[in-house]
Amino acid sequence: MDELRKKARALLEAGEVRVVIGYGGGTGDRARAIFVREPERADELIFDGRCRQNLAIYLTRREVKELGKPAIVATLPALKTVLQLAGEFQIAEGGLVVLAPGADGSLIEFKTFADIEKYLAGAASPIDPAEQAEMDRVRAMSPDERWKYWLGQISRCIKCYACRQACPMCYCPRCTVECNQPQWIPVPSHELGNLEWNVMRAMHLAGRCVDCGDCSRACPVGIPLYLLNRVLIGDIESNFHQRAGMKAEVDYALSTFHPDDRENFIR
Amino acid sequence: MEIERRLLKKEALAGLVEKINAAGRKVHAPVCEGARVEFAPIDSIAEADLGYVQTTQSAKNLLFPRVERILSFKRRGGAMETADPDLSALPETVVLGMHPCDAAAIGSLGAIFTWDTQDAFFKARLEKLTVVGLSCAAGDEYCFCASVGLGPGSTEGSDILLTRLASGDFLAEIVTAKGKALVELAPELFLPAPAGADKDSALARIEKSFTREEAGERAKARFDDDALWDGQALRCLGCGACAYVCPTCACFDIQDEGTTSRGVRLRCWDSCGFPAFTIHTSGHNPREEQGARWRQRLMHKFSYMPERQDVFGCVGCGRCSRACPVDMNIKEHLIDLLEAKS
Ligand code: SF4
Ligand code: SF4
Ligand code: SF4
Ligand code: SF4
Repeated sequence: MDELRKKARALLEAGEVRVVIGYGGGTGDRARAIFVREPERADELIFDGRCRQNLAIYLTRREVKELGKPAIVATLPALKTVLQLAGEFQIAEGGLVVLAPGADGSLIEFKTFADIEKYLAGAASPIDPAEQAEMDRVRAMSPDERWKYWLGQISRCIKCYACRQACPMCYCPRCTVECNQPQWIPVPSHELGNLEWNVMRAMHLAGRCVDCGDCSRACPVGIPLYLLNRVLIGDIESNFHQRAGMKAEVDYALSTFHPDDRENFIR
Repeated sequence: MEIERRLLKKEALAGLVEKINAAGRKVHAPVCEGARVEFAPIDSIAEADLGYVQTTQSAKNLLFPRVERILSFKRRGGAMETADPDLSALPETVVLGMHPCDAAAIGSLGAIFTWDTQDAFFKARLEKLTVVGLSCAAGDEYCFCASVGLGPGSTEGSDILLTRLASGDFLAEIVTAKGKALVELAPELFLPAPAGADKDSALARIEKSFTREEAGERAKARFDDDALWDGQALRCLGCGACAYVCPTCACFDIQDEGTTSRGVRLRCWDSCGFPAFTIHTSGHNPREEQGARWRQRLMHKFSYMPERQDVFGCVGCGRCSRACPVDMNIKEHLIDLLEAKS
């Protein structure tokens, strides 16, 4: 933590960045995003197990962009997000400082996206055992059971779009659900509207989702969106041998055309 | 009507639910759903969780559903026929175990839906709703009812308010004629209240951090302080979680679905937090930045509603803060507002 605070202060003092996007204390034992703009406030930064929000969400938020060049305190999923956002031309090398604090108080400052790639190639991304258990349980269901399971989950959706707003890869200023000429997705939070919304959200993130889990954590009614994301991550991996967030250059499976693409699925 | 005090034995609650069900009314109560507690229909009291601090969502769905059909239309020959939904078919409903903040919130919602246009849908639902409130024995760090003119034992909005006494039995305060009518379904269960029944000591201690009038005046005085609002809202993501869980947020969007020959008109929840909330067809958005949208949220509740409808739009339930994915804590922001130097 000391390393982080020292670094943040130095970056702000030297004018190298205008804002450090990091974590501070929140309500009760929650941690929350803070935006440190004055060097003397660098001591408000914390880093521990409560710091889970993927702060890369703020790299594309206009209100935060207006503050000037940022440094971001990055967890593992945030590092992946940085690469994915770079691959999608949303951020550029040199446009930000990436700081990754370790649990032991160490701090890595990444100078280039290539350094992040190297680091991630050797890093393990453990999956929460409870989430894995739910994944296994749902996978073991018959298609009919699984369909019912999802209808049950999705019927609880209130269409608050917290999942979308929390997602660093959902940066479109105008989401498909807001396009109404024609209306692609029904706006009301009824059965069809909820279903189409949730399927669309998952599909628009297929191959782009870095599995940070923020959508699931943001959902006020606790819909396990991570299940949808992970199935798609698995499918993209087995079919296209790609995983989002591992490279700063993206050859996006679902929107890139190659002349030698197989077309035998078109019948 | 003067409040009547009765005693409802703890065992009698089950009988009350049975009697209400037997009278053909639906009962909704807080029900534990995994990590959350939510209002849901119950058949027996055993399904209810009356020890809860707060449900994730409010019960406003009962009065202002998140999707509600307000019209159907059909082309017949050259003319378009429209039909209103049959509001007389709505069931008589009792919500049991709602905390005082939520009961009071019904008044705030009602003030909006009966401000100028009398909203037939809301009114029909309200007419059929009886509120059996439950005083709070415990709050958490998000609760601030005492700062918005209410308290863990306030009777405002309840037709009957139950308070669990030290003995485990309930003190029943019968507040309205609707409450009285409910008692009539099972008068034998409502015993005379013991003279010394001590309600106050059964209530949670909720600290009063400010008054809602102060908060409103302060918000108004600082309207142009962009740095304040932008600063508070910098981490806000612009979702609808806070508005959708809020018992008093009343914004809605009208959607037509169907074809040009037949379809329905639906009223759906909306939220001032969404970036597209006030966007004009020209593309201009008067609330372009999240700070302006956040300011709107607080101003509407603490300044515009008191000015226009003579009620406040926040009952201190703390749901918005609990549900917010980025820990925007409304109580803390209101305190900041009061403390900020002008
Ligand atoms: S879809 Fe969910 S898990 Fe994937 S990047 Fe977005 S917020 Fe993270
Ligand atoms: S956060 Fe949850 S409730 Fe809100 S739109 Fe997403 S899935 Fe639905
Ligand atoms: S604004 Fe928040 S605290 Fe106030 S009534 Fe709504 S949800 Fe409750
Ligand atoms: S305050 Fe929280 S819940 Fe409300 S719009 Fe902002 S991020 Fe969403």
